[in-house]
Amino acid sequence: MATSLKIKNEKKLIVKSEWCKGCGICAAFCPKNVLSIENEIVKIVDIDACIKCGQCEMRCPDYAIYLGGKDDE
Amino acid sequence: MSSRLINEYLREDKLPHIWCPGCSHGITMRAIVKAIDNLNIEKNNICIVSGIGCSSRAPGYMDFNTLHTTHGRALAFATGIKMANPKLKVIVITGDGDCAAIGGNHLIHAARRNIDITTIVFNNNIYGMTGGQYSPTTPQGERGTTAPFGNIDKNFNLCNLVKAAGATYTGRSTAYHVNMITKLVEEGIKNKGFSFIETLSICPTYYGRKNKKGNVVDMMNYLKNNSINVKAAEKLSDEQLKDKIIVGELYKTQEPEYTEEYKKIIESFQKER
Ligand SMILES: Cc1ncc(C[n+]2csc(CCOP(=O)(O)OP(=O)(O)O)c2C)c(N)n1
Ligand code: SF4
Ligand code: SF4
Ligand code: SF4
Repeated sequence: MATSLKIKNEKKLIVKSEWCKGCGICAAFCPKNVLSIENEIVKIVDIDACIKCGQCEMRCPDYAIYLGGKDDE
Repeated sequence: MSSRLINEYLREDKLPHIWCPGCSHGITMRAIVKAIDNLNIEKNNICIVSGIGCSSRAPGYMDFNTLHTTHGRALAFATGIKMANPKLKVIVITGDGDCAAIGGNHLIHAARRNIDITTIVFNNNIYGMTGGQYSPTTPQGERGTTAPFGNIDKNFNLCNLVKAAGATYTGRSTAYHVNMITKLVEEGIKNKGFSFIETLSICPTYYGRKNKKGNVVDMMNYLKNNSINVKAAEKLSDEQLKDKIIVGELYKTQEPEYTEEYKKIIESFQKER
């Protein structure tokens, strides 16, 4: 358990804006108000509040936001 | 770059997909590949089959053996594939129009045979691809281009329909309850027989607009706030359950599976020779 938590915490929130269609789902269901939609594209507005829960990744219909490991950067 | 799941299981050169902003088909497609990933099934041992519709475009983006067939006929093609190669895990992705209107006959007969196919219907209560005609799952009173004053047809309860026809596994989830989609698909794939998973989906472009359901987030919130788990639903009256979406694993049983029964026939002749 401890190791998997650690791995999770090392992940980084990544936005692939070319794929974002600005639907607003990620921002609406992020439990910590990390995201907002500006000019029809998702924007990270409060990265320090992110708890890396992965809800945005799970709910994004366009795979435009995700928690990436070191290899994904 | 994209996430490992997308990179490993989707055809990235085909992305971004053509679905509208906020269309939930992309969410469901990801939930399905997550189930396959969780089960650790070799990609080559899977065949994904679809008919025609926005939902039926999903296999075009999925990096497995895939077959995009004709409207309503996904289950007929899938039956042929499973009979020819019973070792393959055959998964059908279909829409409410594709599987319950033009394909309704194939649906009940696939269920009746209890053939080992997992069918996932992206039920957005409308024909999305052709511009918003009402479907067999459009709720009574709701609108489509072909029902401008409200639909008077009674809508199907698809899980009940396939259960009555003989399916051995049924479950329902929504585009909001994403982990539940994954869980049900996993169980459906594990079930040796006909499995049917219904995902209540959102089509903001046609169903949402025609029925004034608000924006994408409003439609998601509707699914969130009006769903009730089957366990909790058992304690409530029909009146209390009116207009509620009952989600979870709805039905599970064991019956002889079609390709195995067919194999027995073949083997009986092989012995005689
Ligand atoms: C034989 C035939 N009849 C009609 C059509 C037109 N058609 C294409 S998709 C579709 C309905 C799709 O609705 P659904 O299966 O609910 O999928 P959605 O687009 O909503 O995801 C229809 C009627 C067709 N392609 N082929
Ligand atoms: S990982 Fe969770 S907290 Fe962080 S942005 Fe996504 S939804 Fe918000
Ligand atoms: S859910 Fe995805 S497509 Fe929608 S706004 Fe967020 S990142 Fe963009
Ligand atoms: S028309 Fe509806 S079902 Fe088709 S892609 Fe757009 S939102 Fe999705």
